[in-house]
Amino acid sequence: MIKRFIVLLFLLALGLIFTQLLVEYIPDSELNLTAHYYAEHTAQDIGASNIVTAIIVTYRGLDTLGEVTVLFLTAAIVGLLLSKGNYKGKSLQRQLPQSGELLTTGSHLLVPLILLLGAYVFINGHLTPGGGFQGGAIIASAILLILLTDPLRKFSHTLIATIEATSGLLFLFIGVLGMIYAGGFLDNRLLPVGELGTLFSAGAIPFIYSLIGLKVGAEFSSMLVNLSETEGS
Amino acid sequence: MVIIAMVTGFILILMGLYGALTNTNILRMIVSFSVANTGVNIVLVSVGYMHGRTAPILDNAVPLAEASTRIIDPVPQALVLTAIVIGLGITTLMLAYAYKLYETKGTLDISKFSELKW
Repeated sequence: MIKRFIVLLFLLALGLIFTQLLVEYIPDSELNLTAHYYAEHTAQDIGASNIVTAIIVTYRGLDTLGEVTVLFLTAAIVGLLLSKGNYKGKSLQRQLPQSGELLTTGSHLLVPLILLLGAYVFINGHLTPGGGFQGGAIIASAILLILLTDPLRKFSHTLIATIEATSGLLFLFIGVLGMIYAGGFLDNRLLPVGELGTLFSAGAIPFIYSLIGLKVGAEFSSMLVNLSETEGS
Repeated sequence: MVIIAMVTGFILILMGLYGALTNTNILRMIVSFSVANTGVNIVLVSVGYMHGRTAPILDNAVPLAEASTRIIDPVPQALVLTAIVIGLGITTLMLAYAYKLYETKGTLDISKFSELKW
């Protein structure tokens, strides 16, 4: 009882702070200096229609590399934590019920379409609202649908790891090429910037974001597969 | 508009923290943390919103010359994109640890794990 009281007191204090923030909040009417720079210079310097993509892949490319590394670490730790159980060779304790006709047929229809949408989203990351992380998550959702249909289905860990490692290495390789042939690490002007709004524009951004999409998709898939393989043990 | 989004975000944060602090089931705590995480993301995105402007994508709706007066702040959006992905990673890690804890003790009740309590 006293514990709940302390919790409520804490939340009340936090709520007061939030209210204070909300009352004193004045929305900006102009872009601040950084955002203004991005708005003015993205089109000439980077050539990407989507300014958020330009920030993530080029202006803040190094941070994105760090983010992908964090994701990789997460996937590796999840694999490490959950893989032990598989080697014991436990047989399935309980029989899983059949998944329904609707789910099975629906997933056969939808999985290719979802994979296609994921690829579309990360290839067009520099033109439309989307990109590697979103596309990767969409691809992983197709894997999730397959796993919902058949929770005991085995995925090849080698294949997932190969896709993940190859795209990660290529991402780094493009970054280093940018250092040699363009302005710096992960500079997208490695390739011609091209015309704003076309598919082959924005230099190396479509390639970098596709690689990020594959890597993120593989990482999310490996997390899902690892979590799913705890089923039945 | 922006006030509604912010209030929603703050309420989600408070709800999530309340759930995480009062529940003893680890899975419920993980769900609560996800709710709080969503609230933080909503607040961050709403900070970048400006009335009467459009998304930071240069197309027919946003002529190049007027870009800086027509688009909203792209920086919070890039930040939240990162935050969502990392939040997902954290949730997965929590789920994996929860599974390991269940495997060792056979329970998901956090009050049964008293080894590190002083």
